Amino acid sequence: MTIARKQFNKPSFVLDKKLKQRLEDIATPLGTILILLLIWQLLTMILPTDLPGPIKVVQETWVLILYPFFDFGGTNKGLFWQVFTSLQRVAIGYSFAAVVGIGLGILVGLNKRLSKGLDPIFNILRTVPPLAWVPIALAALKQNQPAALFVIFITAIWPILINTAVGVRQIPQDFNNVAQVLQLPKTEYFFKILIPSALPYIFTGLRIAIGLSWLAIIAAEIVMSGIVGIGFFIWNAYQNSQISEIIVSLVYIGLVGWLLDSLMAWVQTLILPQSQR
Amino acid sequence: MVTSLKSAQRSSHDATPFLIVDQVSKVYPTKTGDYTVLKDVNLAVNQGEFICVIGHSGCGKSTLLNMVSGFAKPTTGRVLLQGKPIEKPGPDRMVVFQGYALLPWLSVFENVYLGVNVVYPQKSKSEKTQIVKEFLAMVGLADAMEKKPPQISGGMKQRVAIARALALCPEVLILDEPFGALDAITKEELQEELLKIWNTHKCTVLMITHDIDEALFLADRLVMMTNGPAAAIGEVMEIPFRRPRNRSRMMETPEYYKLRNHALDFLYNRFAHDDE
Repeated sequence: MTIARKQFNKPSFVLDKKLKQRLEDIATPLGTILILLLIWQLLTMILPTDLPGPIKVVQETWVLILYPFFDFGGTNKGLFWQVFTSLQRVAIGYSFAAVVGIGLGILVGLNKRLSKGLDPIFNILRTVPPLAWVPIALAALKQNQPAALFVIFITAIWPILINTAVGVRQIPQDFNNVAQVLQLPKTEYFFKILIPSALPYIFTGLRIAIGLSWLAIIAAEIVMSGIVGIGFFIWNAYQNSQISEIIVSLVYIGLVGWLLDSLMAWVQTLILPQSQR
Repeated sequence: MVTSLKSAQRSSHDATPFLIVDQVSKVYPTKTGDYTVLKDVNLAVNQGEFICVIGHSGCGKSTLLNMVSGFAKPTTGRVLLQGKPIEKPGPDRMVVFQGYALLPWLSVFENVYLGVNVVYPQKSKSEKTQIVKEFLAMVGLADAMEKKPPQISGGMKQRVAIARALALCPEVLILDEPFGALDAITKEELQEELLKIWNTHKCTVLMITHDIDEALFLADRLVMMTNGPAAAIGEVMEIPFRRPRNRSRMMETPEYYKLRNHALDFLYNRFAHDDE
């Protein structure tokens, strides 16, 4: 009897512990957020400032929060559409950056002379902040839409390119020796040795780049008037002194950025085998 | 028992030996001037012979073997395989690398298939698959074909590396300290397997080792190198034990200890390593 009871008790205890752990994982950050909101509310009540407290923000923007899908034409659209349009731009610019960045990165990684010639240029260009590209992009492309795409592209490409090149350069000499002894054809070498070996580095680049391009699109849209997008939405709200709307947008931007990074991390776990993560 | 190079050449059946290292020197340029690794090395190897190379670290054993595999070229002199100078690495001189060099993202099967696929382009896919399976079975890995290298032990990795090399039926098999990182039991097992395989496939084997007993068990001749810089072959020792060899019976003979002491004397008295 006692044995049977013990066996019965043990798993339920384990389950209980797991559940407790789960609850704690959710409750701790929630509690922290509540405390921070409280501090924010108190500060706006004490200090003389134009910034609204969290209660006022919700009061002023509950329509925006509850109806993210409205569409009254022009730039007068719900937050979902604003974010969605910005994300579309990111998707296009980022995809171009990924294709060109990985391609160029492989070339630079394989070719010593190319790498010597281009390395200083890359290092100068990659430190240029996204906003500094905006006037150049506008001057060169004349229109807002392609200029925004270009800004994302030029921001996202550097980490992808540089990480890919590093990944290709670090292919262990042993693997290259194997390729030489077997006299592997170029395509076999590319798909069986080069790409798998560089893949962890390429993913590091891709993950850094997705964060950067999300930062860049908002900066770019703020400067480009009259387009749908979360960046211009913020600028428009500022022009109309709707600080609460800006704060709600910031929350959206943060959540989407977090989502993008988690998405890349998840893709990484899908593609890279255990041993290479 | 101890023969010079010339008598070894004379005793061979062919007029021209299979592999010839002819007056080979290797000089590496460094900041402080040229560094001579090997100087005037001569060696003639017959087809199907099992040669072990022994010497202190830094004596240029690996450099010598790299010139046979084609990863390095002699500064002066020539290395000839069947009368032709060696230009670059190729699958006719397969190398079992020191660190196994298996591709971790490919399965054991795919690692071996990679080479088979390149070397036998005229064969059908099922034929190539058959070859891979045959050689993996030979090294006792028929059940581990779908595993990835990080999932298997060091001894198994070395077996895969040997299977990968042998599946291409190379003229020369080059092994750079293949069993150095393995435990004593696995090491002895693999030595015996290597001998068995060598017996059936009759390829020429060049193997670097640090282990005199290993060399005495495996080799037809033991090449003992002098210390670097400017190392050369100090002596080539004939190992006359009849094959198939039995390790314990071999070790009971007085001759075994004569050879062993001779090699030890060479390494630790005549060419003792002066630790810099």
